[in-house]
Formats: sequence, C-alpha cells, structure tokens
Amino acid sequence: MKTKNLEQSLSDSRELDGSYDQLTGDSVEDDFELSTVCHRPEGLDKLQEQTKFTKKELQVLYRGFKNECPSGVVNEETFKTIYSKFFPQGDSGAYAHFLFEAFDTNKNGSVSFEDFVIGLSIILRGTINDRLNWAFNLYDLNKDGCITKEEMMDIMKSIYDMMGKYTYPCMQDEAPREHVESFFQKMDRNNDGVVTIDEFIESCQKDENIMQSMQLFDNVI
Amino acid sequence: MASGVAAWLPFARAAAIGWMPVANMPMPIAPTEKNKRADELIVLNVSGRRFETWRNTLDRYPDTLLGSSEKEFFYNEETKEYFFDRDADVFRAVLNFYRTGKLHYPRSECITSYDEELSFFGIIPEIIGDCCYEEYKDRRRENQERLMDDDEDKKDAKLPNMTFRETMWRAFENPHTSTMALVFYYVTGFFIAISVLTNVVETVPCGATPNTKEVTCGDRYTVAFFCMDTACVLIFTVEYLMRLFAAPSRYRFMRSVMSIIDVVAILPYYIGLVMTDNEDVSGAFVTLRVFRVFRIFKFSRHSQGLRILGYTLKSCASELGFLLFSLTMAIIIFATVMFYAEKGSTSSKFTSIPASFWYTIVTMTTLGYGDMVPKTIAGKIFGSICSLSGVLVIALPVPVIVSNFSRIYHQNQRADKRRAQKMQKARLARIRISKTGSSNAFLHSKRNGLFSEALELTSSIEEEQHLSKNQSLLESQHHHLLHCLEKTTNHEFADELCYEQSYLEGALQSYPSQSPSLSSQEGMTGTCCTRHTKRNHAPLPNSSIPTCALSHTHPHHNLQELSTIHIQPLNTSRSSLNMRVDEPARLNCQSGTITTAIISIPTPPATTPESDAHPPPPGPTLQNVVKVSAL
Repeated sequence: MKTKNLEQSLSDSRELDGSYDQLTGDSVEDDFELSTVCHRPEGLDKLQEQTKFTKKELQVLYRGFKNECPSGVVNEETFKTIYSKFFPQGDSGAYAHFLFEAFDTNKNGSVSFEDFVIGLSIILRGTINDRLNWAFNLYDLNKDGCITKEEMMDIMKSIYDMMGKYTYPCMQDEAPREHVESFFQKMDRNNDGVVTIDEFIESCQKDENIMQSMQLFDNVI
Repeated sequence: MASGVAAWLPFARAAAIGWMPVANMPMPIAPTEKNKRADELIVLNVSGRRFETWRNTLDRYPDTLLGSSEKEFFYNEETKEYFFDRDADVFRAVLNFYRTGKLHYPRSECITSYDEELSFFGIIPEIIGDCCYEEYKDRRRENQERLMDDDEDKKDAKLPNMTFRETMWRAFENPHTSTMALVFYYVTGFFIAISVLTNVVETVPCGATPNTKEVTCGDRYTVAFFCMDTACVLIFTVEYLMRLFAAPSRYRFMRSVMSIIDVVAILPYYIGLVMTDNEDVSGAFVTLRVFRVFRIFKFSRHSQGLRILGYTLKSCASELGFLLFSLTMAIIIFATVMFYAEKGSTSSKFTSIPASFWYTIVTMTTLGYGDMVPKTIAGKIFGSICSLSGVLVIALPVPVIVSNFSRIYHQNQRADKRRAQKMQKARLARIRISKTGSSNAFLHSKRNGLFSEALELTSSIEEEQHLSKNQSLLESQHHHLLHCLEKTTNHEFADELCYEQSYLEGALQSYPSQSPSLSSQEGMTGTCCTRHTKRNHAPLPNSSIPTCALSHTHPHHNLQELSTIHIQPLNTSRSSLNMRVDEPARLNCQSGTITTAIISIPTPPATTPESDAHPPPPGPTLQNVVKVSAL
C-alpha cells in the first residue's frame, strides 16, 4: 500500500475539519507556537540600578507580571485584554495600543519585564519633567518630536472610547474634537498647529491642575 | 473588581498619566492606604493541611469568603492561622482559583461535595473555566436526573384533594399507582394481544372438506371473529374516551401520537359498519382492514423499549436520510448501467431502467433472489461491482444509528438538549450579572464615594471607622481610576437606565436656564448616578425630574450641601453653592478653612421641594447621612 507522507495526510485532514483556513494559510496550531517562547529578565540587582524601585517593589511587580504572562513577555493582544478588564464599560483597545507603543521602546512587538518596569519607574518614581516627557512620548505617535492635531485627535478619541456608550451627559460626537481644540489652544504657544516638547512642558508647568494631578502617581505602589 | 488582574492595577493607574495633560479639571484624590503594610504571607489550615499564600492573592476577589473580612471569623489566635474544617482536596482547587484566576473542577471529586465547598467559600460555580465546564455540567445533570428519578418514585404518594379526573389521568399514566389502574393496564394489554392475534388467525386457511376450496378461518367462523372484533373495538373505544375525558389538556392529548394510533386502530371497524356491502367499495373496505394492524402499536404504551426505539429513529432522521439518499444514488447509477449493459442480450429481464431497480436493490442488499440475472459479460462485471459497493454503502451509516440508539438508551431519552440550552443561558446570564456587578459597583460606590470623601475631611477617626468601609483598597483604587477618566473626558459613567432617560431629556429640553431658583434644582435633577452638575454643562431640564427609579437622590442632595459648603465658606447662598461644585480635590490644601462652615448647614434637606417628591428611602446610607449632618 502506498504510504502517504505525513504532510499530505495532515493537510487533507485539516481541510476536512476546518482547522486550516485556505484564505489566509493560517492554521489553528500555529498560534500555539508563540507561547513557548520564554524570556527571562535580567537580575534583580541590575533592574534595581536601572529603575528607582526597591527590591521588594520589583518582586511584587514581577510576581504579578509573571502570573499574567508566564512566558515573560506580553504581546499587544494580552496587553489589550488586561487593560480592558479595568474598563468594562467602554472600548479601551485603542488607548491600550498607544500605551503598548509607548512601553515597547525597542519596537519588537512585545513588552518584556524590563521595558515594563522601566516605563513604570519613570511614571511612578520619576521627576515631574520625566513624567511629562513620557506623556509627550505617548502622544507623539510617530515619534517625530511634535504632536499634530491628528495625533491628538486619535489619542482623544481613544480616551473617550473608554467611557463607552452609557455616559451622563450623553456623549456627543464633537466632544473629542472640542477637547482637542481646547488642548491646542492651551498648549500651542506659537500657533503653528503642532505642539513641540518644549511648548508642552512649558504649558504643563504653568497649569496648576496638571501639576497637581502629576503628583497623584507618587504613591501608586 | 477586575478579577485576576489585580496585580496589574498599579500599571493601569500609571497608564492614566496619558489623561492628565489632557484633562481640563483636576483629578480626584487618590485613596491611600491608611496603614500600609508590606505584603504578608497568611497561613490557611484546612483540616490539618497548611496552605500559605500572600494576603494580596486572596484580596483579589473581595466578594468571596477568603477575600473579605469574613475569614476573620476563622482566625485562630493561638496558632496565628486561619483554620477551616473543610475538605482539603477541594480547597486546592479553590486556592488555585485565587492564584490563577481560573476555577477548575477536579474530576475525582463528587459533584455535590464540590458544590458545597464552592458555596461555602462564596464562589459561584458558573466561573468554572471552559476547560472543565463541560465535565462539570455533565456530572451535574446526571446527578440531577438521578435525584429526579428518586423523586418520581416518591411522587406517587397520593396528593390530597385530587379531582376524580386527575386521579383517572394519574392512573392511566402510571399504572402501578393503584390496583385498579394495574388491572386496567393488563386488561387493555390482553385485549390488544387478542385483537392482533385475531387479525392474524383470520387469514389462516382452516381445514375444509376436500372437495371444496380452502377457506380461511375468517370466512368459516365469520360470526365468531366478528364478535371478537366488536368486543376488542368496544374496549378500545371505551379506553380512548376515558383517556380523552381524563386528559388535562384535551386538545394536546388529541394531537399526541398515541391517541392518533388509537383512533386509527378503531376507525376501520366503524367505517366498515357504516358502509354497506357494496361491490365498489368493498375493495376499499378490505384495504381499510389493513389498518387494524396498527393496533400493535398500542403496545408502545406498555413498553419503554419500544418508545426508545421510536425516539431513536426520530432523532437519527438525518442519518437515515443520508442512508436513503446514498442508496438511491447508487441504485440509479447501477440500474442505468445494468440496463444498458444488458440491452443487447435476448430475452433480457432488464426491460427498462425502473425494472432494473429491483435487481439493483436485491443485489446491493446482498439478497440475491435470482429472479433477474445478467447474462452478458459486461452485465456480470457490473453486477459484481454493484454487490460489492452495496455492502459498503449500507455498512457506513448503520454504526452511526446504532451508536445513537445506545446513547439515547443510556440517557433514558430525557430532554437533555432542552435542559442544556436553558442551563447555558442561565450560566451566561449569571456570569454577565457578576461582570456588570463590577461596573455597577463603581456607580454604586460613587454615591458612597462622595460621602466618604466628605467624611474623610471633616470627621474624626472614630466616625470613619464607624462607617463600615465595605470596599477593599483595590476596589477603591480601581474606582479612583475610573473617576479620573470621568474627569478627563468631562462625562460620567451612567447605567443604561439613566442613559436612556437623559437621552430622552436631551431631546426634549430647549436650552439651559440659569435662574437662581432653578439652579438649586440642578443638583437634584440629573443626579441619577451622578454626583453633581458641572459648570460647563448646566443644560438640564428644569421641570422634569428624571424618573430614575433610583432612590438615592435624596442622600445626594445632602452630600451636595456638605461638599459645596466646604468650597465656599463665605458664600452661603444656595444658588451659587451648586454652581462650583467640582473642587473637592482641592480640599486637602485648604482644610484649615473648612471647620466652621460645616455647622452652618441650612435647612435640612427634607424641606426642599424636590425631596418632597421623593420620600426618603430607608436604608443604612440614609441613616448614616443623617448622623453626619447632625454635626
């Protein structure tokens, strides 16, 4: 009896039971490969030097991180899932995407524990200027050093999306746009349509509310 | 609370940095841990087996026993551990739920003991992970059916006050309930047998005198058979009428299969009575007698196995249909082939394709009567192919039918699928409720939130402790995060009800009104689930108080008074008080100026016109509020 090679019979059976999508060429089994990649962070001491967390804090952070992402890195999907659990009413996918871009400093599509903890260290333990820098980096989607109205519009929309449908008062469609306008009015000193890092920091330092709210992060951990 | 990802709450809160520069208003104060202690290990002693875990792990699910303060009841002072006198094996699964966020069902455990442990620890079984949920559901259903079987036996005890009709119906359905019913059951069974036997014997040729034609017994003993038939039909008619009378729903009874069989069994007799001995119709009359054989189906009331067989055939309809379809295809193909192959030979029996059908069927089912055989070589070749393929085509769907039958037989043909659908819906509903519970928890806590904030600023420590803080720290941090988002976007979370209300109102109202008398109403109107109006968003209808069924607007008004007075210690006019209400966050810096202002609360809320419309709801929050304002 002629023996069919394994691949041939495998592909036949895959066609029949529908686990093979002829259109995209993906098969169900391929997804499992990603999770076997394992990443170990550098030593505790090294991380302690790089960040401003104490040893105990790093331990607590790592435990939580490893629990949710046993493979040691978090990809964008997991990131979005985790973030969406905190905002059950709205759609936090877009904002989570921007966050992911901000955390993923080496642009390799995954956030390791080092990236995660370095980012957190800036936000939670950094100076006000550091924090403002980080926020600017978040807003500047294409990382060209200035925030355009379109970028701000995307960010604003993502924030408003997190509120969901059921809000009081009812969410108007122009709400994000209006908000962007007022933001630019406040921040854009020379009215050139973009906000540079200096304008941003300067305007923030002048604003009491923002300075106040930046202090909020002091005792998050 | 976002379960399972409590460890990521610090990250989510840090990520809120993106909202800060964008927001136009200040953020609310973050909840602080009053007594911040490092994460500690706690020991759980379950029937002697010690489990250790971090306190934070247990705090992830504050609405369970281990996550709430309820576990303090089990704290043992001497040994400094929490002792539970429960099953240690099941506790493993429970503790793993806290650790991993997924609840698993250990297959070796008894389902009832597992359920009991879950309910003891305050965990709803619906959150069992998908990996174990099927197994859990199956076991649970089996168990329930077993219990139901036991119950049915007990159910036969006679209920008092049953009408005669109900008694009769019970007697018909469950023959073993009373002796009378049993007698009836056996009598009808006997007569069904007699009737069937009569029909059969009627056609047997009885010995006759040699020189005359053979006659059947039916023709020879016509009268005897007629009497027998009459007697049987009478019994069946009486039985049918009695069932019809006793049935709780006559219409449904008449539509049921069994009653149709009854009717079909006795109808030919009556039709035969009515019809005369006419030559034309006697042929039809004879045909009708065939239907008398349906009396044998009446036995299915007496036999469970027969009913299961019928149900199997009904449920295997698709497999049977496939079998029929494939057979038909094969028959047509082979009949055509055989016809054309045998066309040439002389005196061939294969006169047409339909004539060949008979050959094909007989060959494929390997019967092989031999009344039609191919004579040409080609015909013989195709004939052999036909018989070989017949074996295969028939053998394929049959095991499916067989396995179906055995499955149904073992499950005792209960309406499993119907019940499973109901349970699936119920499960999803419960999970949805517990999930919306988390978003509702935020809305709920907001109403208490302003209250507790106000309390923090003014009261002493005792007051605060007296106010039972149901929220864990995690919850309050999560709510603070959602609060920051509200501040950033200048909108507030609402639930569906209020959203629809405000949507309708938004459609109705014209433009904002700023008259002072109405501004005091601003606080009340639109407070469904919200704390207070914002200066920029004053457009609220002044006349219509939203008919949100929520009864907490009353305490809100109190709280509003409380907080607004903080901000404007010098200006006590009510109208402007309600205008600037968005500065509780600033209070930390200005606590020095607050103290005296509180005492000068104007008239108690009960005198405001709106609150007359809302009679103060009873409830713990209200009482607490009253206590504070009595300051």
